[in-house]
Amino acid sequence: MATVIIPTPLRKFTNNTARLDIKADTIENTVHELTLNFPDLKKHLLDDKGQIRSFVNIFVGNDDIRDLQQGKTPVQTDTVISIVPAIAGGFA
Amino acid sequence: MSNHSNITFSKEELARYNRHIIIPEFGLEAQQKLKAAKVLIVGSGGLGSPALLYLAAAGVGTIGIVDFDVVDDSNLQRQILFGVEAVGTPKVEAAKARLQALNPHIHIILHNTQLTSKNALDILKDYDLVADGTDNFPTRYLVNDAAVLLGKPNIYASIFQFEGQVSVFNYTNKDGVVGPNYRDLYPTPPPPGLVPSCAEGGVLGVLPGIIGSLQALEVIKVITGVGEPLVGRFYMFDALNFESRTFNISRREDNPLNGKNPTITALIDYEQFCGMKAVEKPVKEISARDLYDWQVKGEAFQLVDVREQDEYDFVNIGAELIPLGTVAANADKFSRDVKVVVHCKMGGRSAKAIRELEEKFGFTNLYNLKGGILGYIDEVRPELSKY
Repeated sequence: MATVIIPTPLRKFTNNTARLDIKADTIENTVHELTLNFPDLKKHLLDDKGQIRSFVNIFVGNDDIRDLQQGKTPVQTDTVISIVPAIAGGFA
Repeated sequence: MSNHSNITFSKEELARYNRHIIIPEFGLEAQQKLKAAKVLIVGSGGLGSPALLYLAAAGVGTIGIVDFDVVDDSNLQRQILFGVEAVGTPKVEAAKARLQALNPHIHIILHNTQLTSKNALDILKDYDLVADGTDNFPTRYLVNDAAVLLGKPNIYASIFQFEGQVSVFNYTNKDGVVGPNYRDLYPTPPPPGLVPSCAEGGVLGVLPGIIGSLQALEVIKVITGVGEPLVGRFYMFDALNFESRTFNISRREDNPLNGKNPTITALIDYEQFCGMKAVEKPVKEISARDLYDWQVKGEAFQLVDVREQDEYDFVNIGAELIPLGTVAANADKFSRDVKVVVHCKMGGRSAKAIRELEEKFGFTNLYNLKGGILGYIDEVRPELSKY
Protein backbone atom coordinates (compact mmCIF):
# COMPACT_ATOMS: atom_id res chain seq x y z
CA MET A 1 0.00 0.00 0.00
CA ALA A 2 1.74 3.16 -1.15
CA THR A 3 0.53 6.54 0.05
CA VAL A 4 -0.37 9.08 -2.61
CA ILE A 5 -0.50 12.74 -1.59
CA ILE A 6 -3.09 14.62 -3.62
CA PRO A 7 -2.38 18.34 -4.12
CA THR A 8 -5.04 20.81 -3.00
CA PRO A 9 -6.16 21.78 -6.54
CA LEU A 10 -7.03 18.13 -7.30
CA ARG A 11 -8.65 17.24 -4.00
CA LYS A 12 -12.07 18.18 -5.27
CA PHE A 13 -11.82 15.08 -7.49
CA THR A 14 -10.94 12.79 -4.57
CA ASN A 15 -13.78 13.71 -2.21
CA ASN A 16 -11.39 16.17 -0.54
CA THR A 17 -9.09 13.37 0.51
CA ALA A 18 -5.46 14.48 0.82
CA ARG A 19 -3.84 11.06 1.24
CA LEU A 20 -4.88 7.88 -0.46
CA ASP A 21 -3.55 4.39 0.05
CA ILE A 22 -3.16 2.67 -3.29
CA LYS A 23 -2.14 -0.91 -3.89
CA ALA A 24 0.10 -1.09 -6.97
CA ASP A 25 3.65 -2.09 -7.87
CA THR A 26 4.66 0.78 -10.17
CA ILE A 27 3.86 4.47 -10.62
CA GLU A 28 2.00 3.68 -13.85
CA ASN A 29 -0.25 1.22 -12.08
CA THR A 30 -0.72 3.53 -9.13
CA VAL A 31 -1.96 6.30 -11.44
CA HIS A 32 -4.17 3.79 -13.27
CA GLU A 33 -5.65 2.57 -10.00
CA LEU A 34 -6.15 6.16 -8.86
CA THR A 35 -8.06 7.11 -12.02
CA LEU A 36 -10.21 4.00 -11.74
CA ASN A 37 -11.25 5.04 -8.25
CA PHE A 38 -11.58 8.72 -9.15
CA PRO A 39 -12.38 8.99 -12.89
CA ASP A 40 -12.48 12.81 -12.83
CA LEU A 41 -8.77 12.83 -11.98
CA LYS A 42 -7.86 11.21 -15.28
CA LYS A 43 -7.89 14.23 -17.56
CA HIS A 44 -5.80 16.14 -15.02
CA LEU A 45 -3.12 13.48 -14.79
CA LEU A 46 -2.99 11.81 -18.19
CA ASP A 47 -3.02 13.11 -21.77
CA ASP A 48 -4.95 11.55 -24.67
CA LYS A 49 -2.21 8.95 -25.11
CA GLY A 50 -2.34 7.92 -21.48
CA GLN A 51 1.00 9.61 -20.70
CA ILE A 52 1.49 11.65 -17.54
CA ARG A 53 0.87 15.26 -18.46
CA SER A 54 3.88 17.53 -18.82
CA PHE A 55 2.54 20.06 -16.30
CA VAL A 56 2.18 17.38 -13.64
CA ASN A 57 5.19 16.06 -11.79
CA ILE A 58 5.23 12.91 -9.74
CA PHE A 59 7.76 12.43 -7.00
CA VAL A 60 8.58 9.18 -5.25
CA GLY A 61 9.89 10.19 -1.88
CA ASN A 62 11.86 13.31 -2.74
CA ASP A 63 12.77 12.28 -6.28
CA ASP A 64 11.24 13.10 -9.64
CA ILE A 65 10.14 9.93 -11.47
CA ARG A 66 11.79 11.39 -14.59
CA ASP A 67 15.10 10.87 -12.77
CA LEU A 68 14.08 7.34 -11.80
CA GLN A 69 12.32 4.93 -14.16
CA GLN A 70 9.43 7.19 -15.15
CA GLY A 71 6.13 5.26 -15.02
CA LYS A 72 7.98 2.02 -14.41
CA THR A 73 9.43 3.30 -11.15
CA PRO A 74 8.71 0.60 -8.56
CA VAL A 75 6.53 1.37 -5.59
CA GLN A 76 6.98 -0.24 -2.18
CA THR A 77 4.43 -0.43 0.58
CA ASP A 78 6.06 2.42 2.47
CA THR A 79 6.54 4.64 -0.61
CA VAL A 80 5.14 8.16 -0.43
CA ILE A 81 4.11 9.47 -3.85
CA SER A 82 3.48 13.20 -4.38
CA ILE A 83 1.57 14.61 -7.32
CA VAL A 84 2.64 18.20 -7.98
CA PRO A 85 0.87 20.11 -10.76
CA ALA A 86 2.00 23.51 -12.02
CA ILE A 87 0.27 26.41 -10.30
CA ALA A 88 0.65 29.97 -11.47
CA GLY A 89 -0.83 32.17 -8.79
CA GLY A 90 0.91 35.15 -7.34
CA PHE A 91 -2.39 36.91 -6.95
CA ALA A 92 -1.42 40.22 -8.41
CA MET B 1 26.15 40.22 -8.87
CA SER B 2 26.98 43.92 -8.77
CA ASN B 3 30.36 44.88 -7.33
CA HIS B 4 30.12 45.60 -3.61
CA SER B 5 33.72 46.29 -2.64
CA ASN B 6 33.43 50.09 -2.44
CA ILE B 7 29.98 50.22 -0.84
CA THR B 8 29.88 52.38 2.29
CA PHE B 9 27.17 53.06 4.85
CA SER B 10 26.04 56.18 6.69
CA LYS B 11 25.72 56.16 10.47
CA GLU B 12 21.94 55.81 10.10
CA GLU B 13 22.29 52.85 7.78
CA LEU B 14 24.76 51.09 10.10
CA ALA B 15 22.28 51.52 12.97
CA ARG B 16 19.42 50.22 10.80
CA TYR B 17 21.27 47.12 9.59
CA ASN B 18 22.97 46.35 12.91
CA ARG B 19 21.03 43.10 13.51
CA HIS B 20 22.23 41.79 10.15
CA ILE B 21 25.81 42.91 10.53
CA ILE B 22 26.26 41.24 13.93
CA ILE B 23 25.29 37.80 12.58
CA PRO B 24 28.71 36.11 12.23
CA GLU B 25 27.86 34.36 8.92
CA PHE B 26 26.42 37.56 7.49
CA GLY B 27 28.48 40.54 8.61
CA LEU B 28 29.22 43.83 6.89
CA GLU B 29 30.18 42.21 3.61
CA ALA B 30 26.76 40.58 3.09
CA GLN B 31 25.14 43.90 3.89
CA GLN B 32 27.37 45.58 1.31
CA LYS B 33 26.27 42.96 -1.23
CA LEU B 34 22.64 43.72 -0.46
CA LYS B 35 23.19 47.44 -0.94
CA ALA B 36 25.02 46.87 -4.23
CA ALA B 37 22.33 44.49 -5.53
CA LYS B 38 19.71 45.30 -8.13
CA VAL B 39 16.62 43.10 -7.80
CA LEU B 40 13.60 43.08 -10.09
CA ILE B 41 10.27 42.01 -8.59
CA VAL B 42 7.69 41.05 -11.19
CA GLY B 43 4.22 41.56 -9.70
CA SER B 44 3.57 43.58 -6.55
CA GLY B 45 0.54 41.55 -5.50
CA GLY B 46 0.16 38.81 -2.91
CA LEU B 47 3.72 37.46 -3.20
CA GLY B 48 5.33 40.76 -4.19
CA SER B 49 3.94 42.57 -1.14
CA PRO B 50 5.80 40.66 1.58
CA ALA B 51 8.84 40.11 -0.64
CA LEU B 52 9.14 43.84 -1.36
CA LEU B 53 8.61 44.85 2.26
CA TYR B 54 11.31 42.48 3.53
CA LEU B 55 13.79 43.24 0.75
CA ALA B 56 13.36 46.99 1.23
CA ALA B 57 13.68 46.66 4.99
CA ALA B 58 16.75 44.43 4.57
CA GLY B 59 18.50 47.10 2.53
CA VAL B 60 18.56 45.78 -1.05
CA GLY B 61 20.03 48.88 -2.70
CA THR B 62 18.02 48.95 -5.92
CA ILE B 63 14.59 47.38 -6.27
CA GLY B 64 12.68 47.43 -9.55
CA ILE B 65 8.95 46.70 -9.56
CA VAL B 66 6.98 45.63 -12.63
CA ASP B 67 3.20 45.90 -12.39
CA PHE B 68 0.54 47.49 -14.57
CA ASP B 69 -2.34 47.00 -12.18
CA VAL B 70 -4.26 49.42 -9.98
CA VAL B 71 -4.97 48.71 -6.29
CA ASP B 72 -8.46 47.25 -5.85
CA ASP B 73 -10.52 46.59 -2.70
CA SER B 74 -10.24 42.84 -3.25
CA ASN B 75 -6.42 43.08 -3.07
CA LEU B 76 -6.32 44.24 0.55
CA GLN B 77 -7.08 40.77 2.00
CA ARG B 78 -3.48 39.72 1.19
CA GLN B 79 -1.52 42.53 -0.48
CA ILE B 80 -0.17 44.06 2.70
CA LEU B 81 1.80 46.73 0.87
CA PHE B 82 -1.43 48.61 0.31
CA GLY B 83 -3.94 50.34 2.56
CA VAL B 84 -7.42 51.68 1.91
CA GLU B 85 -6.00 55.03 0.84
CA ALA B 86 -4.15 53.35 -2.06
CA VAL B 87 -7.29 51.91 -3.67
CA GLY B 88 -7.56 53.24 -7.21
CA THR B 89 -3.88 54.21 -7.55
CA PRO B 90 -1.29 52.34 -9.65
CA LYS B 91 0.26 49.54 -7.59
CA VAL B 92 3.83 50.52 -8.42
CA GLU B 93 3.29 54.06 -7.14
CA ALA B 94 1.53 52.95 -3.96
CA ALA B 95 4.30 50.38 -3.42
CA LYS B 96 7.03 52.97 -3.88
CA ALA B 97 5.45 55.35 -1.36
CA ARG B 98 5.20 52.56 1.24
CA LEU B 99 8.69 51.16 0.64
CA GLN B 100 10.38 54.54 0.58
CA ALA B 101 8.71 55.39 3.91
CA LEU B 102 10.03 52.08 5.26
CA ASN B 103 13.57 52.63 3.99
CA PRO B 104 14.68 55.97 2.52
CA HIS B 105 18.21 54.63 1.88
CA ILE B 106 17.27 52.50 -1.14
CA HIS B 107 16.36 53.24 -4.78
CA ILE B 108 13.03 52.10 -6.16
CA ILE B 109 12.63 51.91 -9.94
CA LEU B 110 9.11 51.65 -11.32
CA HIS B 111 8.03 49.82 -14.45
CA ASN B 112 4.33 50.65 -14.68
CA THR B 113 3.77 48.30 -17.56
CA GLN B 114 2.91 44.73 -18.41
CA LEU B 115 5.98 42.53 -18.91
CA THR B 116 5.88 41.33 -22.53
CA SER B 117 8.13 39.53 -25.00
CA LYS B 118 8.96 42.95 -26.44
CA ASN B 119 10.13 44.68 -23.25
CA ALA B 120 11.20 41.84 -20.92
CA LEU B 121 14.86 41.54 -21.94
CA ASP B 122 15.28 45.30 -21.87
CA ILE B 123 13.75 45.59 -18.39
CA LEU B 124 15.55 42.55 -16.89
CA LYS B 125 19.01 43.25 -18.29
CA ASP B 126 19.90 45.94 -15.75
CA TYR B 127 19.16 43.74 -12.72
CA ASP B 128 21.23 41.07 -10.98
CA LEU B 129 18.28 38.76 -10.46
CA VAL B 130 14.54 38.55 -10.86
CA ALA B 131 11.86 37.37 -8.43
CA ASP B 132 8.71 36.14 -10.11
CA GLY B 133 5.43 36.62 -8.27
CA THR B 134 3.07 36.86 -11.22
CA ASP B 135 -0.35 35.26 -11.48
CA ASN B 136 -0.48 33.55 -14.86
CA PHE B 137 1.34 30.93 -16.91
CA PRO B 138 2.33 33.10 -19.92
CA THR B 139 4.22 35.52 -17.66
CA ARG B 140 5.78 32.63 -15.69
CA TYR B 141 7.32 31.23 -18.88
CA LEU B 142 8.22 34.72 -20.11
CA VAL B 143 10.11 35.58 -16.90
CA ASN B 144 11.81 32.18 -16.91
CA ASP B 145 12.92 32.38 -20.52
CA ALA B 146 14.12 35.97 -20.21
CA ALA B 147 16.13 35.08 -17.08
CA VAL B 148 17.71 32.05 -18.80
CA LEU B 149 18.52 33.98 -21.99
CA LEU B 150 20.17 36.72 -19.89
CA GLY B 151 21.86 34.26 -17.51
CA LYS B 152 20.23 35.65 -14.37
CA PRO B 153 18.83 33.73 -11.38
CA ASN B 154 15.03 33.61 -11.16
CA ILE B 155 13.65 33.27 -7.65
CA TYR B 156 10.33 31.58 -8.23
CA ALA B 157 7.29 31.41 -5.98
CA SER B 158 3.72 30.48 -6.75
CA ILE B 159 0.53 29.92 -4.77
CA PHE B 160 -2.92 28.50 -5.23
CA GLN B 161 -5.63 28.33 -2.59
CA PHE B 162 -3.76 26.59 0.26
CA GLU B 163 -0.61 25.52 -1.54
CA GLY B 164 2.68 27.30 -2.18
CA GLN B 165 5.78 26.48 -4.23
CA VAL B 166 9.28 28.00 -4.12
CA SER B 167 12.50 27.35 -6.04
CA VAL B 168 15.63 29.12 -7.25
CA PHE B 169 15.93 28.70 -11.00
CA ASN B 170 18.86 29.23 -13.37
CA TYR B 171 21.38 29.77 -10.60
CA THR B 172 25.05 29.47 -11.49
CA ASN B 173 27.09 28.09 -8.60
CA LYS B 174 30.74 28.79 -7.71
CA ASP B 175 31.91 26.07 -10.10
CA GLY B 176 29.97 27.58 -12.99
CA VAL B 177 27.32 24.84 -12.95
CA VAL B 178 23.86 26.13 -13.87
CA GLY B 179 20.86 24.75 -11.98
CA PRO B 180 17.47 23.79 -13.40
CA ASN B 181 14.86 26.30 -14.55
CA TYR B 182 11.07 26.32 -14.77
CA ARG B 183 11.04 24.52 -18.13
CA ASP B 184 13.00 21.62 -16.61
CA LEU B 185 10.29 21.28 -14.00
CA TYR B 186 7.25 21.94 -16.18
CA PRO B 187 8.01 21.68 -19.91
CA THR B 188 4.58 22.95 -20.93
CA PRO B 189 1.74 24.73 -19.16
CA PRO B 190 -1.70 23.25 -18.59
CA PRO B 191 -4.19 24.03 -21.35
CA PRO B 192 -6.44 26.96 -20.48
CA GLY B 193 -9.57 25.90 -18.68
CA LEU B 194 -8.11 22.82 -17.00
CA VAL B 195 -6.72 24.77 -14.07
CA PRO B 196 -9.11 27.14 -12.30
CA SER B 197 -8.36 30.83 -12.71
CA CYS B 198 -7.72 33.19 -9.79
CA ALA B 199 -11.29 34.40 -9.84
CA GLU B 200 -12.55 30.83 -9.43
CA GLY B 201 -9.76 29.45 -7.26
CA GLY B 202 -9.08 32.01 -4.56
CA VAL B 203 -6.26 32.03 -2.03
CA LEU B 204 -5.99 32.22 1.75
CA GLY B 205 -4.59 35.69 2.46
CA VAL B 206 -1.77 34.66 4.79
CA LEU B 207 -0.36 32.05 2.36
CA PRO B 208 1.28 34.57 0.00
CA GLY B 209 2.68 36.20 3.15
CA ILE B 210 4.46 32.95 4.03
CA ILE B 211 5.56 32.05 0.51
CA GLY B 212 6.52 35.62 -0.48
CA SER B 213 8.69 35.82 2.65
CA LEU B 214 10.44 32.57 1.67
CA GLN B 215 11.01 34.10 -1.76
CA ALA B 216 12.60 37.17 -0.13
CA LEU B 217 14.77 34.85 1.96
CA GLU B 218 16.10 33.12 -1.16
CA VAL B 219 16.69 36.47 -2.87
CA ILE B 220 18.85 37.52 0.08
CA LYS B 221 20.73 34.20 0.10
CA VAL B 222 21.44 34.37 -3.63
CA ILE B 223 22.69 37.97 -3.37
CA THR B 224 24.87 37.45 -0.33
CA GLY B 225 26.06 33.90 -0.95
CA VAL B 226 25.11 33.08 2.63
CA GLY B 227 23.74 29.56 3.09
CA GLU B 228 22.57 27.08 0.47
CA PRO B 229 20.02 28.52 -1.95
CA LEU B 230 17.07 26.37 -3.03
CA VAL B 231 18.78 25.31 -6.26
CA GLY B 232 17.92 21.93 -7.79
CA ARG B 233 15.28 21.66 -5.12
CA PHE B 234 11.62 22.49 -5.17
CA TYR B 235 9.81 23.42 -1.97
CA MET B 236 6.11 22.85 -1.43
CA PHE B 237 3.96 24.01 1.45
CA ASP B 238 0.48 22.69 2.14
CA ALA B 239 -1.15 25.10 4.57
CA LEU B 240 -4.18 22.86 5.13
CA ASN B 241 -2.18 19.98 6.58
CA PHE B 242 0.79 22.08 7.64
CA GLU B 243 3.09 19.86 5.65
CA SER B 244 6.09 20.91 3.66
CA ARG B 245 8.14 18.82 1.31
CA THR B 246 11.34 19.56 -0.60
CA PHE B 247 11.82 17.63 -3.83
CA ASN B 248 14.97 17.17 -5.87
CA ILE B 249 14.78 18.49 -9.42
CA SER B 250 17.33 18.39 -12.19
CA ARG B 251 18.11 19.83 -15.60
CA ARG B 252 16.71 18.00 -18.60
CA GLU B 253 18.42 17.41 -21.91
CA ASP B 254 15.26 18.24 -23.83
CA ASN B 255 14.88 21.70 -22.29
CA PRO B 256 14.32 23.91 -25.37
CA LEU B 257 16.15 26.84 -23.75
CA ASN B 258 19.39 25.35 -22.48
CA GLY B 259 19.16 21.61 -22.99
CA LYS B 260 21.22 19.63 -25.49
CA ASN B 261 19.66 21.14 -28.60
CA PRO B 262 18.21 24.52 -27.70
CA THR B 263 15.43 25.66 -30.03
CA ILE B 264 14.39 28.82 -28.20
CA THR B 265 17.00 31.54 -28.65
CA ALA B 266 14.72 34.57 -28.32
CA LEU B 267 11.51 35.31 -26.46
CA ILE B 268 8.40 33.85 -28.06
CA ASP B 269 4.67 34.59 -28.02
CA TYR B 270 3.74 33.27 -24.57
CA GLU B 271 0.00 33.72 -24.91
CA GLN B 272 0.13 31.43 -27.91
CA PHE B 273 2.52 29.01 -26.17
CA CYS B 274 0.05 28.72 -23.30
CA GLY B 275 -2.83 28.13 -25.69
CA MET B 276 -4.53 31.39 -24.80
CA LYS B 277 -4.96 32.28 -28.45
CA ALA B 278 -6.69 29.07 -29.39
CA VAL B 279 -9.76 30.16 -31.27
CA GLU B 280 -12.76 29.40 -29.13
CA LYS B 281 -16.18 29.41 -30.67
CA PRO B 282 -17.77 32.75 -29.80
CA VAL B 283 -20.95 32.59 -27.74
CA LYS B 284 -23.92 34.93 -28.00
CA GLU B 285 -23.76 37.73 -25.47
CA ILE B 286 -26.10 40.09 -23.73
CA SER B 287 -25.10 43.30 -21.92
CA ALA B 288 -26.12 44.03 -18.34
CA ARG B 289 -28.15 46.96 -19.61
CA ASP B 290 -30.09 44.79 -22.11
CA LEU B 291 -30.73 42.16 -19.46
CA TYR B 292 -32.13 44.87 -17.22
CA ASP B 293 -34.39 46.02 -20.09
CA TRP B 294 -35.68 42.46 -20.49
CA GLN B 295 -36.37 42.33 -16.76
CA VAL B 296 -38.17 45.68 -16.77
CA LYS B 297 -40.23 44.78 -19.84
CA GLY B 298 -41.11 41.40 -18.34
CA GLU B 299 -39.69 39.52 -21.33
CA ALA B 300 -39.80 35.74 -21.00
CA PHE B 301 -36.35 34.33 -20.30
CA GLN B 302 -34.55 32.07 -17.85
CA LEU B 303 -31.61 33.35 -15.79
CA VAL B 304 -29.00 30.79 -14.69
CA ASP B 305 -25.99 31.37 -12.42
CA VAL B 306 -23.12 28.87 -12.87
CA ARG B 307 -21.00 30.02 -9.91
CA GLU B 308 -20.55 28.02 -6.72
CA GLN B 309 -23.02 27.94 -3.81
CA ASP B 310 -20.88 30.11 -1.50
CA GLU B 311 -20.50 32.79 -4.16
CA TYR B 312 -24.25 32.66 -4.73
CA ASP B 313 -24.91 33.00 -1.02
CA PHE B 314 -22.66 36.05 -0.88
CA VAL B 315 -24.43 37.89 -3.67
CA ASN B 316 -26.94 36.87 -6.37
CA ILE B 317 -29.39 38.44 -8.75
CA GLY B 318 -32.15 35.91 -8.33
CA ALA B 319 -30.91 33.42 -10.92
CA GLU B 320 -31.29 29.67 -10.73
CA LEU B 321 -28.02 28.20 -9.41
CA ILE B 322 -26.42 25.42 -11.51
CA PRO B 323 -22.63 25.39 -10.77
CA LEU B 324 -20.40 24.95 -13.83
CA GLY B 325 -19.27 21.45 -12.81
CA THR B 326 -22.89 20.22 -12.71
CA VAL B 327 -24.14 21.88 -15.90
CA ALA B 328 -23.99 18.77 -18.09
CA ALA B 329 -25.78 16.66 -15.49
CA ASN B 330 -28.49 19.33 -15.25
CA ALA B 331 -28.84 20.12 -18.96
CA ASP B 332 -32.57 19.34 -18.77
CA LYS B 333 -33.02 22.26 -16.38
CA PHE B 334 -32.08 24.71 -19.13
CA SER B 335 -35.13 25.87 -21.06
CA ARG B 336 -35.35 25.22 -24.78
CA ASP B 337 -38.49 27.34 -25.17
CA VAL B 338 -37.29 30.75 -24.05
CA LYS B 339 -33.97 32.59 -24.15
CA VAL B 340 -31.58 31.59 -21.36
CA VAL B 341 -29.13 34.11 -19.92
CA VAL B 342 -26.18 32.42 -18.21
CA HIS B 343 -23.91 34.31 -15.87
CA CYS B 344 -20.99 33.79 -13.50
CA LYS B 345 -18.69 36.26 -11.74
CA MET B 346 -17.06 37.85 -14.79
CA GLY B 347 -18.21 35.88 -17.84
CA GLY B 348 -15.55 33.17 -18.22
CA ARG B 349 -17.26 30.23 -16.58
CA SER B 350 -20.64 31.04 -18.12
CA ALA B 351 -19.03 31.03 -21.60
CA LYS B 352 -17.62 27.57 -20.82
CA ALA B 353 -21.05 26.38 -19.67
CA ILE B 354 -22.68 27.68 -22.85
CA ARG B 355 -20.07 26.03 -25.11
CA GLU B 356 -20.55 22.72 -23.29
CA LEU B 357 -24.35 22.90 -23.59
CA GLU B 358 -24.18 23.90 -27.26
CA GLU B 359 -21.68 21.20 -28.17
CA LYS B 360 -23.09 18.31 -26.17
CA PHE B 361 -26.79 19.11 -26.14
CA GLY B 362 -27.35 21.32 -29.19
CA PHE B 363 -28.69 24.39 -27.40
CA THR B 364 -29.10 27.53 -29.56
CA ASN B 365 -30.91 29.84 -27.15
CA LEU B 366 -28.15 30.60 -24.63
CA TYR B 367 -26.76 34.09 -23.96
CA ASN B 368 -23.70 34.95 -21.90
CA LEU B 369 -24.05 37.92 -19.56
CA LYS B 370 -21.16 40.22 -20.50
CA GLY B 371 -19.00 41.08 -17.48
CA GLY B 372 -20.89 38.59 -15.31
CA ILE B 373 -22.55 39.55 -12.04
CA LEU B 374 -19.83 42.13 -11.37
CA GLY B 375 -20.70 43.94 -14.60
CA TYR B 376 -24.39 43.74 -13.74
CA ILE B 377 -23.76 45.21 -10.28
CA ASP B 378 -21.71 48.07 -11.80
CA GLU B 379 -24.30 48.88 -14.45
CA VAL B 380 -27.60 48.13 -12.81
CA ARG B 381 -27.43 47.30 -9.11
CA PRO B 382 -24.56 49.30 -7.54
CA GLU B 383 -26.09 48.79 -4.08
CA LEU B 384 -25.16 45.06 -4.14
CA SER B 385 -21.85 43.80 -2.68
CA LYS B 386 -19.01 42.86 -5.01
CA TYR B 387 -16.26 40.34 -4.30
